[in-house]
Amino acid sequence: MIRQPEPKQEVLARRDAIVAGLRALLPAEAVIAEPLRLKPYETDGLSAYRQPPLVVVLPETTEQVAGVMRFCHAEGVRVVPRGAGTSLSGGALPMADAVVMGLMRMNRILDIDYADRCATVEAGVTNIGITDAVQGRGFFYAPDPSSQLACMIGGNVNMNSGGAHCLKYGVTANNLLGLKIVTVDGEILSIGGRHLDAAGYDWLGLLTGSEGQLAVVTEVTVRILRSPEGARAMLAAFRSNEIAGTCVDAIISSGIIPVALEFMDRPAIHACEEFAHAGYPLDAEALLIIEVEGSAAEQDDLLARLRAICERHDPISLRVSQSAEESLAIWKGRKGAFGAIGRISPDYLCMDGVIPTSRLPEVLRRIGEMSDAYGLKVANIFHAGDGNLHPLIMFDANDPASFHKAEQFGADILTLCVEMDGCLTGEHGVGVEKRDLMPVQFNARELDQQRRIKEAFDPGWLLNANKVFPLSEAAMR
Amino acid sequence: MTDLLAPADEAAIAAVVAQAAGEAEPLLILGNGTKAGMLRPVQAARSLSTRNLTGITLYSPNELVISARAGTPLADVEAVLAERGQHIIAEPPDLSTIYGPGMQQTLGGVIATNLSGPRRIAWGATRDHVLGIRAVTGHGEAIHSGGRVLKNVTGLDLCKLLSGSHGTLGVITEVTLKVLPAPETVGTLALPGLDAPAGVAALSAALGSPYSVSAAAWLPAEAAARIPVLAGFGQSVALARIEDFAPSVAYRTARLRGDLEHMRCEVLDDAASRSVWRAIGNLVPLVAEPAAAIWRISVRPSVGPVVLRTLSAAVGAQGYLDWGGGLVWIAAPATAAAHAAVVAAVTAAGGTWLLMRASESLRTAVDVIPPEPAPLARITRRVKAALDPHGILNPGRLYGGM
Repeated sequence: MIRQPEPKQEVLARRDAIVAGLRALLPAEAVIAEPLRLKPYETDGLSAYRQPPLVVVLPETTEQVAGVMRFCHAEGVRVVPRGAGTSLSGGALPMADAVVMGLMRMNRILDIDYADRCATVEAGVTNIGITDAVQGRGFFYAPDPSSQLACMIGGNVNMNSGGAHCLKYGVTANNLLGLKIVTVDGEILSIGGRHLDAAGYDWLGLLTGSEGQLAVVTEVTVRILRSPEGARAMLAAFRSNEIAGTCVDAIISSGIIPVALEFMDRPAIHACEEFAHAGYPLDAEALLIIEVEGSAAEQDDLLARLRAICERHDPISLRVSQSAEESLAIWKGRKGAFGAIGRISPDYLCMDGVIPTSRLPEVLRRIGEMSDAYGLKVANIFHAGDGNLHPLIMFDANDPASFHKAEQFGADILTLCVEMDGCLTGEHGVGVEKRDLMPVQFNARELDQQRRIKEAFDPGWLLNANKVFPLSEAAMR
Repeated sequence: MTDLLAPADEAAIAAVVAQAAGEAEPLLILGNGTKAGMLRPVQAARSLSTRNLTGITLYSPNELVISARAGTPLADVEAVLAERGQHIIAEPPDLSTIYGPGMQQTLGGVIATNLSGPRRIAWGATRDHVLGIRAVTGHGEAIHSGGRVLKNVTGLDLCKLLSGSHGTLGVITEVTLKVLPAPETVGTLALPGLDAPAGVAALSAALGSPYSVSAAAWLPAEAAARIPVLAGFGQSVALARIEDFAPSVAYRTARLRGDLEHMRCEVLDDAASRSVWRAIGNLVPLVAEPAAAIWRISVRPSVGPVVLRTLSAAVGAQGYLDWGGGLVWIAAPATAAAHAAVVAAVTAAGGTWLLMRASESLRTAVDVIPPEPAPLARITRRVKAALDPHGILNPGRLYGGM
């Protein structure tokens, strides 16, 4: 288990006064202090970690957020911002002495500007909610994390979320124009706007992916894009991870950038097929789902090129979708992967390392060896175009030893990713989960430099203080 | 001329900075200094250049990444990529058109200024493709952020913070970029004779179409006349670019042409398209009197025409629109009055400006980028102090007194 900082006893002792102070600032229903009603907030997508917060506030306006921040700043109370609570890295894990700032009630779409292709929404609007609001006009919001039905744009900004289609469309940071933020001392600031490339330091870029360390995001202006004419997928099954990896190289070097290029290993293929009956070949060691976009003729042209490339790599089978329905069937297994693993093993850890794509076969071989050594099953799903690897480690939560081994296994995989010139996290964030692994990727000078930037925004370490940075004197203050 | 230091490795850069930090001695940070005329002049007795940190340190075409030391000429990086049919996504401009010929710009200089060309509107800015960065901070310490993989959210994103920081937060020593396959074919729709609002409306329709328009600009007649391929129109031109495999370019330009339903619409072929967009990115349509000042203004695309018209009426500005209308290039007399007009027009439009070129006295006297509201300015000063506690890296480049 990853250690949590000691709560400040003097804050716990003032709980009643703090709750009363917050009630004075917010509507009655926006402050939750009854222990039973705090339960839903005690964890997020990293559900092995649980901690009831001091109190939960659910502001409805930026001004209310600012009021809470001013109060907490004056009182020296820590704050943990929270969207939908879907973080897989524990990014919204509460602290016993912290106010959880839930932004889910800030869920209004404020403006849609088709002429300038942008939308301004509150932080609690879901990712899919943006696309839902604009798809009637043929537009969409590009980043599409797997949790997009539930996760909120404020959380996406804080985690710099990606998705299956970011090979073509980029991650959250590449699709933002502006933010409204509240600083730790309760100032409301606009960053960027509806224009590109604000002069001065790139606050938009620094805040994106900052995991709630620097400010509270209350509004977001995103770029919206016109949807392509259509999209179609193909499925290619191979005899080995090495061959599939070589095929990925060949695709990229052909000059084609598919809109998605997903890889599944044998355990993932079997789990997904049993769950979704998508028609995946069970004799394959590796499977690629490749999706292209454009008109029907453009799809035909690209898929023919891709088919020719795949055929040079001794495929077990190739299936080019002939219709939108067939594409959906091909995706069905992949999109149901988490549910599929959940059927085999009620508990699993979803890891999120990144490696240079050329190292994939080697990394999968090493993960297989670790799997044997730890006695824990693992299935691998890989965004092959961009090197983002999601090993799903299966364990038994009722057995503390099994959970401990799973965490250790996960840490070993991420350390391996860094050794391979990759990184600890591609889209889930560091959060609590990978906090203590940060020294694997950064030396002490580099961590100190990041801490100094954190302190420029939050000198008292009040914002999400138990995340991202290894616990240290500064963070324990 | 100030005393120029140009060490050959990162450790030597760090040593120079550490020594300067110890003595609180300001340093002018530069590559080849090709864009020294941007923003405020820096007062420093010594200059520290990265020009001798050269060479490509990693190129993996199948993984879409390239790394090079900061002093590597951008043209060298582009040439290596071109051999493998790839390119730098944001197509950074060559601004020798406005700063004069001389040395080649370096990769580090392009990153430090975060300058992007016409493709920015569709595919992101230079900073969007910085995957990894090495830099020496004002503490005299070498640090890295990011890496050589396409996705990375580990820790605070100093790649973005350092990109576009104009050498004021760290001396960039090495950069890793995401690159992409260069398009097989380029095509352009040219719509002559539209005024700016009608031109930008057409560009908005093009950018909002499903045909992956990768650049969109509007040039008034006098600007179009400076590009040989467009001079024949003898009037204003709105331009929309499509880049892809040849059959896709043919198909999409035809569809877009049909959708725009414009009386007159011509298709520029591959060679003409490439030369037109290179010229637009490199400010060829703006070429102004050497004494004129130049501003880069970014607003939401639909108000670009208003800004251009306002400044044209107020101070006789010349200019043109890129990025679908949102990037307004302005040339006007280098006077405080013209600058005040720019500030007023941009503020009214809700955008941002950057003084690209002017006399030293004007660049010293005015806000070369928008001042920040007080609470943000406090954060700016603290972040500057976090990276450069002695204030020695390009002091005054962005803001007077910092």
